Amino acid sequence: MAAKTYSAGVKDYRQTYWTPEYTPRDTDILAVFKVTPQPGVDREEAAAAVAAESSTGTWTTVWTDLLTDLDYYKGRAYKIEDVPGDDECFYAFIAYPIDLFEEGSVVNVFTSLVGNVFGFKAVRTLRLEDVRFPIAYVKTCGGPPHGIQVERDVMNKYGRPLLGCTIKPKLGLSAKNYGRAVYECLRGGLDFTKDDENVNSQPFMRWRQRFDFVMEAIEKAEAETGERKGHYLNVTAPTPEEMYKRAEYAKEIGAPIIMHDYITGGFCANTGLANWCRDNGMLLHIHRAMHAVMDRHPRHGIHFRVLAKILRLSGGDHLHTGTVVGKLEGDRDATLGWIDLLRDDYIKEDRSRGIFFDQDWGSMPGVFAVASGGIHVWHMPALLSIFGDDAVFQFGGGTLGHPWGNAAGATANRVALEACVQARNEGRETEKEGKEILTAAAQHSPELKVAMETWKEIKFEFDTVDKLDVQHR
Amino acid sequence: MSDIQSFKQSQKYETFSYLPEMNPEQVRKQVEYIIEQGWNPAVEHSEPENAFGHYWYMWKLPMFGEQSVDTVLAEVEACRQENPGHMVRLIGYDNYAQSQGLAFVVHRG
Repeated sequence: MAAKTYSAGVKDYRQTYWTPEYTPRDTDILAVFKVTPQPGVDREEAAAAVAAESSTGTWTTVWTDLLTDLDYYKGRAYKIEDVPGDDECFYAFIAYPIDLFEEGSVVNVFTSLVGNVFGFKAVRTLRLEDVRFPIAYVKTCGGPPHGIQVERDVMNKYGRPLLGCTIKPKLGLSAKNYGRAVYECLRGGLDFTKDDENVNSQPFMRWRQRFDFVMEAIEKAEAETGERKGHYLNVTAPTPEEMYKRAEYAKEIGAPIIMHDYITGGFCANTGLANWCRDNGMLLHIHRAMHAVMDRHPRHGIHFRVLAKILRLSGGDHLHTGTVVGKLEGDRDATLGWIDLLRDDYIKEDRSRGIFFDQDWGSMPGVFAVASGGIHVWHMPALLSIFGDDAVFQFGGGTLGHPWGNAAGATANRVALEACVQARNEGRETEKEGKEILTAAAQHSPELKVAMETWKEIKFEFDTVDKLDVQHR
Repeated sequence: MSDIQSFKQSQKYETFSYLPEMNPEQVRKQVEYIIEQGWNPAVEHSEPENAFGHYWYMWKLPMFGEQSVDTVLAEVEACRQENPGHMVRLIGYDNYAQSQGLAFVVHRG
């Protein structure tokens, strides 16, 4: 090998980091960024700059570069593509050697990939669209503490999506009144109830009393219905020490599932908690507060499909994915893409769903997709058709807002769900025949009939802000 | 308050237990679904008072590869005849997912 010599100064990034001849290795971590360069910066230079700033590079040459083999450790921009429908941006594909990253650490991977580079002046905006994790890296991560299959066995739920509900009002209830709301939902037919993400341990309801009253509600509902029940006890806390204290107590009283907010709580805390859950036989529900700050703008941030992959690696048994049909943002094809990424073993590249790379998860367990936010009984046929069985449908207002109360609201949802599953299994098209299916089921269920009358007119038909990149939209 | 109905609690049995008990034609369609998915049908039964546990009594063995809906329905009926008062459930084992693709109580005892 020819000896390299040191010459101080500033080089174009492209000289080192633009390598169109490079064929990515099976062990590389691959990333695709949507880059909007500053005026006057050409595509190759901008792509190379992103590769450099998210891996080994800095703005000037330093002599210590020559003490290592930078060609081995550097990120490489290896491909550039047009963004369909947006001429100001382009896709930059970058390959990172696996040895750049600590094993089992999404914290470390994303400190590089979305670190300083996102504030870099040569790009106006930057969005991480997708990341391919090689199976070699996947195998170093713990992943979901249990996964879909184990949860179905533990909870004894087969052949249908699960039903949940977030207890409302989300702030201000006393622990005893909160437990009442939980009990009513569970005895009415829900599988789970959920702490709102904002409920941690505030002055109006400290965590310990909440845990105690909720556990009594679970046990009573299980005894009366003969079905297995749970409540996502939110252990998200100001410090990891406090988080583990709450998790330990949930285990002590026999709760089957706890909950964490993986973005506001942090990936480090989440990975630790997932490991704890695996060791302690506790299911883990994951909420995603703050995700829309990063994933909603089409030109800047981190796409949700990447945040979903982070969670599957870091660990969680459930993850909120949006509903497509409810009150919150979510394009249908893109949502189908990331729910596949959460649940399947091997997902092929599919640009029509926004998936840029083949992703092999090996034997890593799958994550239940959670559809929550502004959904009610009329959405049930569409939800079943979009999500299939391996999902949790969470009706908050759609349960608690029933004119006869929570238990009746829960029964309405359960009847609607089972009627749709039965019809689907019989070969009927649930989305097309939804109205007939629900109307027939309501003949045997006064609770469903009232629910259908209550929410007849509620729709959320706003256009999606973050759409897939396609021509002629 | 006169238009509000008070909630009546009753015992349930997981999937499909919030619907009226299926008639024979409806059960047949669920068996067809299990077979179409490539799952293996199986029958289990239990005394109602022991139904909460994960394990019920197995009726014979799972019907691996069974393609006849009538054969499956005949086993469900034979199980019911031999165990009066028991709950009988039908299962579709999905050996790829290593789970049950479907499980529901056919006879509620």
